[in-house]
Amino acid sequence: MRRWVQPGTSVARPYWGEAIVSELHKRISSAFDVFDHESNHTVDVREIGTIIRSLGCFPTEAQLHDVIAEIEEEEPTGFIRFERFLPTMSRILLEHRFRPVPEDLLLQAFEVLDQQKRGHLDPEELTRYLTQEGEPFTQEEMEEMLSAAVDPDKNLIFYKDFVSVMTVDDPW
Amino acid sequence: MGCGSAKPTQHNQNHKLQLKKSMRSALLIQRWYRQYVARLEMRRRCTWNIFQSIEYAGQQDQIKLYNFFGFLMDHFTPASSERNLISHIFRENEVFQDVEWEPYFCYKSIEVPDTYAGPHLTFPLTVSNITELVEAFKHKEQLHARFVLQLLGETWRLLRVLPNITEVSTCHSKEITICGDLHGHLEDLLLVFYKNGLPSVETPYVFNGDFVDRGKDSIEILLILFAFQLVYPNDVHLNRGNHEDHIVNLRYGFTKEVLGKYRLHGKKILKLLQKIFSWLPLATVIDQKVLILHGGISDTTDLKLIAKLERNRCRQAVKSKGPGGQYSDGEGDRYSAAGRRRVRSLTHSNPATARHELQRRSLQAYSIRTSPNVEEELRERRRWAGLSASYERIHDPISSDSDPDSGEVLETDAEEWKQIVDMLWSDPMLQDGCIPNEVRGGGCYWGPDVTQEVLNRHNLCLLIRSHECKQDGYEFCHNRKVLTIFSASNYYEVGSNRGAYIRLGPDLNPHVVQYQASRSTRELTLRQSVGRTERSALRALREQLFAHKSDLISAFEEYDPEHTGVISMERWAVATETVLHLGLPWRVLRSQLVGCSTQEGMINYNDWFRELALMDPNKELAHTGLLETMYRHHSNLETIFRIIDTDHSGLISFEEFRQTWKLLSSHLKMEISDKAISDLALSIDFNKDGSIDINEFMEAFRLVDCSNGATRLMQLTSTESLYHTS
Repeated sequence: MRRWVQPGTSVARPYWGEAIVSELHKRISSAFDVFDHESNHTVDVREIGTIIRSLGCFPTEAQLHDVIAEIEEEEPTGFIRFERFLPTMSRILLEHRFRPVPEDLLLQAFEVLDQQKRGHLDPEELTRYLTQEGEPFTQEEMEEMLSAAVDPDKNLIFYKDFVSVMTVDDPW
Repeated sequence: MGCGSAKPTQHNQNHKLQLKKSMRSALLIQRWYRQYVARLEMRRRCTWNIFQSIEYAGQQDQIKLYNFFGFLMDHFTPASSERNLISHIFRENEVFQDVEWEPYFCYKSIEVPDTYAGPHLTFPLTVSNITELVEAFKHKEQLHARFVLQLLGETWRLLRVLPNITEVSTCHSKEITICGDLHGHLEDLLLVFYKNGLPSVETPYVFNGDFVDRGKDSIEILLILFAFQLVYPNDVHLNRGNHEDHIVNLRYGFTKEVLGKYRLHGKKILKLLQKIFSWLPLATVIDQKVLILHGGISDTTDLKLIAKLERNRCRQAVKSKGPGGQYSDGEGDRYSAAGRRRVRSLTHSNPATARHELQRRSLQAYSIRTSPNVEEELRERRRWAGLSASYERIHDPISSDSDPDSGEVLETDAEEWKQIVDMLWSDPMLQDGCIPNEVRGGGCYWGPDVTQEVLNRHNLCLLIRSHECKQDGYEFCHNRKVLTIFSASNYYEVGSNRGAYIRLGPDLNPHVVQYQASRSTRELTLRQSVGRTERSALRALREQLFAHKSDLISAFEEYDPEHTGVISMERWAVATETVLHLGLPWRVLRSQLVGCSTQEGMINYNDWFRELALMDPNKELAHTGLLETMYRHHSNLETIFRIIDTDHSGLISFEEFRQTWKLLSSHLKMEISDKAISDLALSIDFNKDGSIDINEFMEAFRLVDCSNGATRLMQLTSTESLYHTS
C-alpha cells in the first residue's frame, strides 16, 4: 500500500510505514497458518470468520459475507487462498474497519433489552431477543452463551457482571 | 390506534423506536459475542496444534529409536566391546519354541491367596463372570495374575482361529456399535457401556484398536474386551491398532503399567500379550459394504491379499528400515526386497539350497563355515530381524508342524508388510494422491481419490477408522465416505475433546453418539475448558523449549552478532521454529511463552530461559550440555533402558548405562567424554550402590516450574504424566 513518490521530490513518508505493513502481514499470516491444516496456504472458508475476528475485528455476519465474497475464487471451491486473503485483510486492519464494541455500549445494549431496568434478564428473554432479532444466534450459540452468562443459583443473567467478566483483557 | 388514522400515534412511534433499539442492541451483543467466541476458538485450535505436533514429534522419536537399533546392528561386530550389551538387548526379542511356551505361560502353578478379594474367574467364562469383572474394575480392584494368564491363554486360543478380516452382518435388525481408540481410558469404556449397553447377542460391538497406552487402565480394558469376546465370540469383534505392538508399548506406557500392577508375573503377561496382539484381526467388514479398520488405507490396499496373509508374523510395525522404505531416513533399505524373499524361502527349501541362499544374502555377510561364536551371533541377529528361530531348523526344515506359531516369526513378504502397516498407521488428507506419512513415520497419507478408488474396487460404501483424536470424537471426510471415530475423551487433557461411538443399523447409515467422561468437564464453560487445556499444552511446550536450550541460544546468537543479549520478536519466532520444527504459530503463542523483558518488541533471550525452567537444585548436574541432550532423548533412553533391564527389576548396572549412553551418543554424533558419562552415572546413583535405578534416573528430569511455585512438571512423553486423573 505504498504511495510512490516522484523522483526528485523530497522524500515524503509512505502513507503506511513499511515496518507497520510488514508487521501486519506477519500477524495475518500467523493467524491464517493456525487453520492451514495442509500447509498449502489455504483455509476452509468456514474458518475465515474466526481468523478475521481473532485479529481484533468485530464484523457482523453480513459484513463477513461481503468480505468472503470478495476473496472467494470466481468458482467457489470452499477454500480461501492466502494470496487473496492477505491484501483484503491488510486493508481491513489498516483502515480499522469493523471496530470493537466498547464495553459501555455493550452495557447499554443489555440495558435496552432490560426494559424494566431490573439489572438482570431472564434466560428466556435474552434467548428470545438473540435468536429472533438482529442476526439470530443458532441454538448452539445461544446455549453456549447461556452456560457462561446465567447465574446458576438464581437462573438470571446479571449482565453487568457478565460483561465485565467477558471483557477481561484477553492475552491473545 | 383508531382504524384509518393517518398519523401514527406517539405510542406507536415509541413502540417502533423501542423495537428498533432492541434490534440494534441484539445485533451489537451478537457481534460482540461472536468475536469473543472466535478468539476462544483460535486459542483452542492453537492448543490443539501444540498437542498434536508434540505427540507426532514423539512418534517420530520412536522412528529414531528404531533407526538407533538399526545402527546397533550395523556396528555389531564380534570385536566390538558393546557386543554383550547389544546381544543382551536383542535377547529381549527371543522367540519361544512351541514346546517351551506352554509351561512358561502356565497359570496352574500360580496360587491365589485367601487374602485376595478380587473376582475369581471360572472357565469357560460366563456372563456373571464378566459382570463381576466389570464391577471389580469399577471399584479399582485388580484381577489376580493367575486369572489374567488364564484369560489371556483362552483369548489367544480363540484369536488364532479367527480370520484376518471379520465379516459381520446386520441381520435380525441388529444395530452394531463401533468404538474407536480407548487408550486405557476405562471410564470412557464404562460410560459407553452405560449409555449403550453391555456387549451381548443383542448388542454387538466392534472395537477398532488402540486399547492400550497413555491411559492408566489399559490392562483392565484389555481384560474386559477379551472376556466379552470369549463369551460372545460372534458379537464382539476386535481390530488391531498400531498400539497393539510391544515396542510401541515400551514407550507409551502400557509395559510400565503392567509391570507396575503385576510385579511378579508382569513379564509373562506381556510376553503372552505380544502373541495375542499379533493375532488380533486386522479389519472388520459389515454387510460387505462397510470397512472398519484402525488407521486407514493406501492406493495399494488389497483386501484379498490381506485376507490371505499370515498376520501373526507382523509382531511389530517397524523393524529397522522396513521394506517399503517408508521408515528410512534416507539411508536406503538395508534389506532389498529380493533379499527378503530369499530369506523367506529358507525354511521351505532343502538344506543345500538354504546354505547357498545364506551365503548370498545381503543381510549378514557371515558364511556358514565361521566359528560357532559367530554363528551364535548370527542367530541372535536373525532373531532380532525376526527370522527363522534357529540355525538348526535350516538343516531340518518342515518338521511337519501344524502349529503355525511354533517358535518362529518369519519375515513377511515386503508387500504384505506394507499392507498391514498401511492399515494400522495411515491418515486421510484433503488433497488427492497417496504419499508416505512422514509425520508418524509409518503408513501413508491418502486422499479422496484413493478412497473412491479403493471403495469402488471392493464394492464398499463407507470406511470407518480411528487413529486420530478429534475434538468432537468423530469427523467425516472425503465426501462423507470416511468416518473417523475416537472414543477416548479428554485425551490430551481434561476438557480437550469428547469421545464418541457409532451405531450402525441395516441401512448402514452411521449414527454418532458423543460423550465426555467426568461430570466436571461437562460443566466447564467453553472458556474454562479451553483455559485448562491451554495451560497444559503450554507447559508441554515450555518443556520442549527447555530441552532445546543450547540450539535455541545458538540460533538467537546468530541474529545477535554484537552479543547484546536481545533480539526482535520476529527473529525469535523464526529461530524457534527453525530449531523445533513443530510448525506452530510462534507469534500467536508469544504472549503466553514470553513474559519477561519485552520492550518495544524485543526479547532478552537469556532472561527468557531463566524464567522458563529451573532444575531442582539438589539434583543439579555439572554437565549441563549433556543433561540437556539426555533430556531431549529421555524417552528413547527410557525405552532403551527398559529393554536392557530384561528382568524388569528397575535396575541397570553402571556399565550397562555407560555403554548405552556411549552408543546413543555415537549414533547422535555427539562428542561426550567417557569421564563425563562416568561422572553422570555416579551422580545419578543416588544411593551409591553401583547400580542405577531407572526411575531415579527419570526423576532427575523433572522440572520445577518457577512461575508456578511448588508445582512440579512432568514431561509429556513420560508415562507418569499421562496417568492424570480427570
